[in-house]
This record gives sequence, C-alpha cells and structure tokens, in this order.
Amino acid sequence: MERVETYNDKVVRQFAIMTVVWGIVGMLVGVIIAAQLLWPALNFDVPWLTYSRLRPLHTNAVIFAFGGSALFASSYYIVQRTCHTRLFSDGLAAFTFWGWQLIIVLAAVTLPLGITTSKEYAELEWPIDLLIAVVWVVYAIVFLGTLAKRKVRHIYVANWFFAAYIITIAVLHIGNSAAVPVSLTKSYSVYAGTVDAMVQWWYGHNAVGFFLTAGFLGMMYYFVPKQAGRPVYSYRLSVVHFWALVAIYMWAGPHHLHYTTLPDWAQTLGMVFSVMLVAPSWGGMINGIMTLSGAWHKLRTDPILKFMIVSLSFYGMSTFEGPMMSIKTVNALSHYTDWTIGHVHSGALGWVAMISIGCMYALIPRLYGRKEMYSSRLIDVHFWTTTIGIVLYVASMWIAGVMQGLMWRATNPDGTLTYTFVESLAATYPYYAVRLLGGLLVLSGMFIMIYNVWKTVASGSSTRDVPVMAPAAA
Amino acid sequence: MTTGWTLFIVILTAINVVGAVWLLWVTSRRSPGEQQPGAETTGHTWDGDLREFNNPLPRWWLWMFYGTVAFAIVYLVLYPGLGSWQGTKGWTQQQQWQEQVDAAEAAAAPVYARFAGMSLAGLGGDADAMRVARNLYANNCAMCHGSDARGAKGFPNLSDGDWLYGGSEETVLATISYGRNGIMPPWGEALGEQGVEEVVAYVLSLSGLQAPADLAAAGKPRFEMFCSSCHGLDGKGMQVLGAPNLSDDVWLYGSDAAEIRYGVVNGRNNQMPAQLELLGEQKVRLLAAYILSLAPPYVEPDPAPVPSGDEPAAETPHEG
Repeated sequence: MERVETYNDKVVRQFAIMTVVWGIVGMLVGVIIAAQLLWPALNFDVPWLTYSRLRPLHTNAVIFAFGGSALFASSYYIVQRTCHTRLFSDGLAAFTFWGWQLIIVLAAVTLPLGITTSKEYAELEWPIDLLIAVVWVVYAIVFLGTLAKRKVRHIYVANWFFAAYIITIAVLHIGNSAAVPVSLTKSYSVYAGTVDAMVQWWYGHNAVGFFLTAGFLGMMYYFVPKQAGRPVYSYRLSVVHFWALVAIYMWAGPHHLHYTTLPDWAQTLGMVFSVMLVAPSWGGMINGIMTLSGAWHKLRTDPILKFMIVSLSFYGMSTFEGPMMSIKTVNALSHYTDWTIGHVHSGALGWVAMISIGCMYALIPRLYGRKEMYSSRLIDVHFWTTTIGIVLYVASMWIAGVMQGLMWRATNPDGTLTYTFVESLAATYPYYAVRLLGGLLVLSGMFIMIYNVWKTVASGSSTRDVPVMAPAAA
Repeated sequence: MTTGWTLFIVILTAINVVGAVWLLWVTSRRSPGEQQPGAETTGHTWDGDLREFNNPLPRWWLWMFYGTVAFAIVYLVLYPGLGSWQGTKGWTQQQQWQEQVDAAEAAAAPVYARFAGMSLAGLGGDADAMRVARNLYANNCAMCHGSDARGAKGFPNLSDGDWLYGGSEETVLATISYGRNGIMPPWGEALGEQGVEEVVAYVLSLSGLQAPADLAAAGKPRFEMFCSSCHGLDGKGMQVLGAPNLSDDVWLYGSDAAEIRYGVVNGRNNQMPAQLELLGEQKVRLLAAYILSLAPPYVEPDPAPVPSGDEPAAETPHEG
C-alpha cells in the first residue's frame, strides 16, 4: 500500500509549546528587573541577579526564545500548509529544535554568569554564536528546501516574509558577531570604535526589522486570513510593502546613533530612510486589518481575532512612532530616555507578543486534533489582561521618557542644568511602579495561557499525523 | 571622503529611492482588462481556503509613501547625507552644538559678570553667587562628592574640614583647576604577608582602633621604614603629597582592616579631574568659594616637624 504523505507537525508542536514556556520565563525575568528598578535591593547583592546581567537575559529570552520559538513553529507549519508538502527533512528540522533549545539554555547560563560580548541583542559569546550560525543555516535549508519542493507554483506571501527573515538574520548574525576569541568565554569584536557601533546597530535595527517584523508578518499573513475566513485584502499591496520593507529597513540602523561620533551623512541617511519606512510598514497593517472587512462582526465573538487585530494596531502605532523618533530633533529629546523603552515594548509586547499569542491560540488546537482551545473565555480574559497591561506599560514609559528628556535639558539662567540625574530618576519612580503593574498583568496573562494550553493538550487530544492536502486544481 | 565613496553612497541611495518610486508607480496602475477591485481573487488558492484579493493601493497610503520620498529627497539636498555633499544649509552637528553652547553662554554671561573680580570670601558671603555655585556644584561635582558634599568611598568629604591637600584658598583653587592624582604604591610584595598584617595593625592603632598590640608594635618599625616618607613618622600625613592623615577618624576608603589591607597590598590610584579647561576661571572660583563655605574655617597646620633621625616620632597618642 502506498504511504500517504503527511505533514511534520511534531517539530511544530515542540516549538509551539516552548513558545508558551519561554514566554513565561522571559516575561518573568522582565517583571523581576522592572521590580529591581523600583526596589534595587531585589538583586540581593548576588552578582548573577543584578540588573545588568538579567536585562540581557530578559531581552534574549523574549526575543530569541519566545519570539524565535513562535517563528520556528509558525514558519514550519505555514510553509508545509501553503506548499502542500512535508518539511524538506525531519532530521534537520529536529536538529533545529534541539539546537535552538540548547542555545537558549546556554544563554540562560552564561548571561547571569556575566559572560557577554556586551553587544546589545548579540550578547552571547562566540561558541554560542557559532552554534546559532549552524542552527540558522540548517533552518534555512529546511525552510528553503521545503519551498523548493512545493506542489503549487505560486509562493504564498507569508513565505516571502519568512524567507527574507531567515536569509537576512543569517547575514546579520554572522556579520555582527565576527570576533577574535581569546578564550572559551571571551572574544573581541573585529570592529572597533564608531565602526563597531555602526555594525552593531545595522544588526540591531535589522533584528527588529527582520526578526521582529518580517517574521511575524509572515505569521500574520497566514493566520489572519485563516481566522477571519476572508481572502487577503490586496496582493499588490503585499508586493509593494514587502519589497519596500526589505529594501528600506536595511538603512535605518544609524538612527540609533544620532548626535554621536557617527559622521553626519550616515546619521542623515539613517533618518530619511527611517521616515520612508512608515508607508511600507503600514502596508502590512492595512493588509492585515482590511482582510477583516466584511467580517468585522467576528471581532465580537472571536478573542483570537481580537489579539490579531489589536496586535496590528500596535504594529501601526509603533511603526509610526519609530520613524518620528528617528527624526533628529525628536531624537534629541527621546534618546536615552524611557520613551525608547516604551516604544520597544509597544512593538515587542503590542505587536510581536500579541500576534504570537493569537497565532498560538489558533495553531495549538490544530496541532492536537481539536477544533479549538479548551476555553475561549480564558482567551478573552488573557486578551484583556494583556491589552490593559501593555497600555499601562507603554503609557507610563511615554510619560516618564518625555519627562526625563525635558528634565535633562532644563537649564537655569546661569546656564547650569536645573536637575541632577538623580532628581530625574526619583521623578521616574511612580512610572516605574505603573510599568511593573503593566508587566505583571501581561505575565499573569501568560499563566492563564499555559493553563488553557495544558487543558487543551491534556483532554482528548490527538497527535496523529495529518495527510498533506492536495493543491487546489488551478 | 573620496569621490569613489561618494558615488557609491549616491548610487546605492538612488537605486533604493528610485526603486521604491518605480515599484509604487507600477503597482498602483491598473492593467487593462483587470477585474473590478474586490470582486474576485487572484485565482490562487493555498491550503484549502487561502486566497487573495487584488484591491488597489489605498490612495492616502500611496500619497503618504510618495510624500515621505519627497521629504527624503528635499532633506538630502538641504542636509549632508549623500557622501561628501555638504547640503545647501551647510549644517553640521558640531556647528549646531557650538551655536547652542555659544547662545547659552551669552545668555548666562550677565549672571557671571557681577562676580568678576570678587574675592573668594566675598563670593562666599554673596547669596546670589552661592546659589549659582550650588548649581555648578550639582552639575559638576555632585556625581562623585555627593549632593551634600559628604563624599563616598574613594571620594573625599568636602564639608568636614579635613583636607587631603590643604584647605587654603590657593590650594582649593589649584585642586579644582588642575585636578589631583593621589597615588599610593603597592607594598604587598615588599612587606610580605606577615609584614602587611603588622603594618595594618599599626595603622589601626594610630587612630585608636582595635588592633593586636604585639602586631602593632612589630608594625611600627616597618611603618617608619616604608610608610613614613609620605604619611610622616607620626602618621599625620603630608598635604603636599596628598598623603592622608592616618591618625584621625577620617577614612577615604574605610577603616576596617580589610580595606586598609587592600590599600597596603595593592596601593591606591585616585583621580580628581581638572576643571579649569571645562568650566573657565570664573566658575572654578565660584566652586572654590562654595566648597570653602561648606567646611569649617581653615586653619593652616603647624609646619611639619623635621625628623632629626635619631629621635623617634614625638607622639603616637593612640598606640596600643
């Protein structure tokens, strides 16, 4: 008897569950360091619990462990469904899962020990960097290999974004992490001075553009039309905003280095290309939200769609805010303040976390042979705790950031600064408290989620292989 | 920047900007015979029910995109961005900074004009001068010496009347103007483990702190041999070198045995940065007057006793 080809959902299941687990871990560390800013004694004078070591652990955990697992899960799921074929290689796919988890564990051990390159979002030392490079190249082979053996001629839009994100992250990671090792736990970047800063932010901003944006747009382009039961709003908008996004994002890095030793011309190019990024970014938001036109009523009853639509709204907000902040005059006020932290979390919690959570709620029941999650009511509760939490977080950091910027530039008639740094810190305390509350709400939502996932998986689920669907005759 | 690099930057920028405009222009046109927007999908189907409409680009979005491109082009003409092109406005960040500094200094000049030529004592008695000086102190000194001037570990207390280099007007002005570099050499190797313990005990005993008497007694000759050339035979220090008085209860790094041992073994290297070039003379004088106003009036110490060689230090009051 001929064997029926099935989808490889095992690796998707593994990554999907770890998305929820790492989400809790990463956000828990975030809540801890938010509390430390309010009560510094919470580091208990233990070196590996200090803010400076836990902060990179938080960013690495939420971006690469939580966000990364969500991207692996959804890209593996989507590329199989939209190419009507099984993954290119089960063995290599399993390697990416265990390799990625090993990297996360190594990060969780080395960062608190203080082993770091000190490059933001690229703190991991060279042996782990090498492992990341290997796992990522294998990921590219699995994904692009699956794309190559697709049974349909046209490549679905989600896969454009996934392919762009996978290829670009490989280039960025290898380029920025180039270093000369001096021991197993210490290396020096091959770049120095201002060049080092520029390479770092070329990497850093494109990590935002490709890891945290293009990848999650890929996720969005599959799950939003699926969940809404509507066709994608506009194919041609997909084309324009995809190419414009990937071309223009590449230039935006220098806006992290305004008014520094970076030459004026590079700062200017970073700024004007950042301004040009508004429209390509909004193209994705429009295509997502307008896909719902004709099905708006579903927002009343479907909390998963609520997650997706609110995430797209946050995406639109933060991709407007970002270009505004990249304008030199605005940046002169916002740079180095908590406004930046608010902006990042408007994107990272509002867009990345909410779209991931929404997609996981749509994906997980399918992976376990169920029609829907154990409790739709709990998804709704999760939606509201997360939304309120993010609004508290972002609004408090906006206010704190603008206040800090104004306090730092205030001067007396004698030309001295009106406030010392410590005074601006003391004035920020109430906002740190509100931010902690917001973070706690978001974290508590994740506990609701893991309970819901647990009940979904535990009660009468099936992990039987699903046969590959025949492509539509066209 | 060489012409080659400028061309490289200009060409890459142009390709990107023109490419975006071309892409927008091409996709915003409706090709002849195309279906009505929203009526039908592109005809492709994935995963059972995934389809795509081909709605036209929203007009407001299209014009927003064109608008940002126009902004970029205008900005790149006005400001430096395209390689060695300086921009028609001739703007640089250094120049913007210099203009703001000049404007701020011009605005503040009248405030300082009144203080010109005043003595430090006069400044210290002038409420306006001290208000300005306190602001200067908060901006420039407080991050190390504390907003109350009581210092921190490694940063001297400025309000207690104890002066490492002396508290006369000239000395305080010199300290602020040119900075200080207080260096104590490491003695760990020269003294050996036992020697370190003995010297530490002796130093503790100098100010009446608890120390084993036998160790302290053994430390005395070592102190005289290794330490007295800077700290004096009686341990009362030497202001010319900034060597601290070890017989009082003022401790720059702390008075517990571990801190003293660390200093004896590894030495200390402490720096106060020079302020004259940063602040100018008028502000330095205001700061000196402010700092002197915080401390009790300064009394010039007796000239250091010249050791005659055959006579040990006259008194070590707290010994034992």
